[in-house]
Amino acid sequence: MTLNVLIPAALGYVVFLFVIASLAERQAERLRQIGRRPRLLRSPLVYTLSLSVYCTAWTFYGAVGYAVRSGLEFITIYLGPTLVFVGWWWLLRKLVRIGKAQRVTSIADLISARYGKSNLVGVIVTLLAVVATTPYIALQLQSIALSFGAFAADEVLAPRQLAMWVAAGLAVFTILFGTRNLDANEQHHGVVTAIAVEAVVKLVALLAVGVWVVWGLADGPADIMARVAANDRPDWAIQPGRWMGLIFLAGVAILTLPRMFQVMVVENADETHLATASWAFPLYLMAMSLFVLPIAVAGMDNMPAGSNPDLYVLTLPHSLGQNGLAMLAFLGGFSAATSMVIIASIALATMVSNHIVVPLWLARRPHAAGGMRVAGDMRGLVLNARRLSIGVILGLGYVYFAISGGSRALAAIGLISFAGMAQVLPALVGALYWRGASRLGAAAGLIVGALAWLYALFLPSFGPGVVMGADLMTYGPFGIGWLRPHALFGVEGLDPLLHALFWSLALNTLVFIAVSLVSFPTPVERVQSALFVNVFDPGRDDDWRGARGWSREPAEDEAEDLLAMSQRLLGEAEAQGFFAAEAGAQGKTGFLPDPTPDFLDRLERELAGSVGAATAHAMIAQIVGGRLVTVDDLMAVASETAQIMEHSAQLEAKSEELARTARQLREANEMLQKLSVQKDSFLSQISHELRTPMTSIRAFSEILMDDEVTGEETIRYARIIHDESIRLTRLLDDLLDLSVLENGQVNLDIQEGGLNELIDRAIMASASVLPERQFTIRRQPLDEAITLKTDIGRLTQVFINVLSNARKYCDATDPEMRIGVRKRGDRVTVDFIDNGSGIPKKSQALIFEKFARLTDTHQAGGAGLGLAICREIMLNLGGDITYLPGQGGAAFRVSFPARLAARPRAA
Amino acid sequence: MARPRAPLFLERETYRRRRIMDGARVLPVLGFVLVLLPVLWTSGGRQGTAGEATYLFVLWLGLILAAALLSRPLRGALRRDDGTGAGKDTSR
Repeated sequence: MTLNVLIPAALGYVVFLFVIASLAERQAERLRQIGRRPRLLRSPLVYTLSLSVYCTAWTFYGAVGYAVRSGLEFITIYLGPTLVFVGWWWLLRKLVRIGKAQRVTSIADLISARYGKSNLVGVIVTLLAVVATTPYIALQLQSIALSFGAFAADEVLAPRQLAMWVAAGLAVFTILFGTRNLDANEQHHGVVTAIAVEAVVKLVALLAVGVWVVWGLADGPADIMARVAANDRPDWAIQPGRWMGLIFLAGVAILTLPRMFQVMVVENADETHLATASWAFPLYLMAMSLFVLPIAVAGMDNMPAGSNPDLYVLTLPHSLGQNGLAMLAFLGGFSAATSMVIIASIALATMVSNHIVVPLWLARRPHAAGGMRVAGDMRGLVLNARRLSIGVILGLGYVYFAISGGSRALAAIGLISFAGMAQVLPALVGALYWRGASRLGAAAGLIVGALAWLYALFLPSFGPGVVMGADLMTYGPFGIGWLRPHALFGVEGLDPLLHALFWSLALNTLVFIAVSLVSFPTPVERVQSALFVNVFDPGRDDDWRGARGWSREPAEDEAEDLLAMSQRLLGEAEAQGFFAAEAGAQGKTGFLPDPTPDFLDRLERELAGSVGAATAHAMIAQIVGGRLVTVDDLMAVASETAQIMEHSAQLEAKSEELARTARQLREANEMLQKLSVQKDSFLSQISHELRTPMTSIRAFSEILMDDEVTGEETIRYARIIHDESIRLTRLLDDLLDLSVLENGQVNLDIQEGGLNELIDRAIMASASVLPERQFTIRRQPLDEAITLKTDIGRLTQVFINVLSNARKYCDATDPEMRIGVRKRGDRVTVDFIDNGSGIPKKSQALIFEKFARLTDTHQAGGAGLGLAICREIMLNLGGDITYLPGQGGAAFRVSFPARLAARPRAA
Repeated sequence: MARPRAPLFLERETYRRRRIMDGARVLPVLGFVLVLLPVLWTSGGRQGTAGEATYLFVLWLGLILAAALLSRPLRGALRRDDGTGAGKDTSR
């Protein structure tokens, strides 16, 4: 095969890409005009395939060379991104959400938007990206040149000239499709579709070569694995440090590389595509690396010693006469290289134009002189800035390639570039998760990290004597040993890449955190930090309504100037439509809404979609002048929110209080009703109790009035009348007693006395009740030796009552009474426990009520007031009487203070 | 309160979704640990590049399958969680 075939093939492929891209653009345009979204062009599949821009010519050619040199280490470059995508729920989800919410146009834009829309940070990231990406672009040009050279070994070939033509062609393609429009969303349907197609081409090409190697050259997977084992070399052993470090580095790179950010965040049409990509992209990566090792082994077996292992994918089929396959492989490598160059240059051009060219242009124009009012379309300026940037970036890539001569292994350049972009990581993670991360901290960290990377990795990578002298490499600057680029601070013997990665990231993070801790952020920064970090907290929306980047001071009429400026950026129709819609939302007619903070914020975001947050902010600030948000504004918003929350908390407290009051009232009402019922039943009880003896007295007195009554009968009837009247009197006494006790009007007769004597007296007195029953009394005389100072008479009355009750109601055949005494502090407890069947649970609450009797009335002979009186007495004595459940019989506990001080119960 | 507080206990379906989110967070950690396993083999009796390659590709496939299984319910959760935010975006 000769160049006569190759060049037309490459050209044909490029034409094919042009056709695909322009068809996609046209389709998207057509769909947009009828008001639909380009579904197929923006499907999860296309999104996933466009992510494959990660797999550049470095993957396509370099992975095999890498595998020949270091065995399995090449796989780390794909395992890192796999882990990041599998863990998309952690970081990528937030990144994409913020990217869409803030209309982010590039990674530099994201960082600058988060850190107070500061262009300084944007410029640093942009410069870093350009420096880190230029070698990578050179790498792609080099691989294309090499691949041409591999076919045409016998022909006179000028790789530099070839690379120049390739670079020029790619620049034309990128300018045509990448800077076609200044879209508000900065999305490029044509380019993304072309990249997706290229993803398929390079995958098919690599798989085809792999399948041919495994089933054509070897006898299937088992044979290949045997050959791998046979070719195993000590160099291929996994080195723990590099293994871990490279997985980390690759995982970081997928987040920070400008081209990855472009396809992953900026070109993302729908967040849910990320869910599909979370497994589909790792699958693509696995498919790309599946045959790397087999191809490497087959190359080692079949190719002459000394041939470049970076080109085995190409030279292996070519040398074995598989020309068709070789051509496919060539196109695959070509597509891998072109897709990377296209996306990377678009991403870099966006950054350069938004953060360097446009701000410079704005700065050149004096503010007050009405720089914004100068007629002319600014879109042309921005687009031309991008076109120029694309040309410059590709030119830089070419120059780097031409100077470095393209001699070094592909993998080394790629990793150096990765390590450079990894410096964005601390600022990026801080942007997403740490409110305290500040602009100064980010800038300082980035600068320190970038310098460390330049000094320890990038500049030495040119080789001793090119940029850094051999003396400097060996002995350090001015002979300071601990500043040697490959042994900073005395850390020697580490792999140079790991060494540089460790020191640059460590210093970067340290400075970033330290400066963030000591600096104080500007108001805009604080607004942005809240918007970024709390992007998933829907409740926060309310807090920050009104906390915009703009002050709420009454505005002069700047709307006209704003419209004039917006027209020049967004286009007349679009800007007028936006302004009219905003005015309508404010309830105004015409094109000029009031410049409220909300409106300014939305307008700024709209502009940010095309020129980046920092530039959009600066442009609006030029017009509305001193209306930047101040700390006072933030505090006002915060205190407003706090007031609202406090107010609602107060309301809540009040309503709780009301509920409490209502509950208390309800309880009081219930109590009153219960008392009324009690009173009624008391009256009916008392009438009944009074009526029974009265009836018999009346009956017997009527009999006595008869003449036919004998003397003996007279005595009997008179005794009955006497007994009944005594009973009546006793009842009335009890009632009177109870009433006096209840009203607390009782006069206590406080005396000193021993508890044991008191109990003796009570036992003796109660023995008159049912004297025929024999009771065993168990006492603890030692415990009873307590001197009391209380109303001894009343207390004895209580004890007698309790003991008499036991005599009356204890149903045991061998009745027994246990009296337990305990003194705790000043409080004495006396338990009366019998061995009967006790009182059923449902009645336990009733027994202290008036007229509560569990058995038949007349058997007991009392009115059922005994325990009620006992309780009242005990309350008057500052104690209580309660029923003690679970003692194996009826048990009452009487507790009272040993020394009754003052009158404890006031009525 | 002015802001609806997140409920302390969830119904069955929501609970399941939360645990799936937890799973999605654990998966990369697990993957990272397993990917580092060959490092430990190196010190004591290497498996050989062929064995290590087989292990890594099987692990890789396992991670992809696990991520694929998790992605469907998570996509639903992402849609639901969007609420107003994404609605605005899709309308333009």
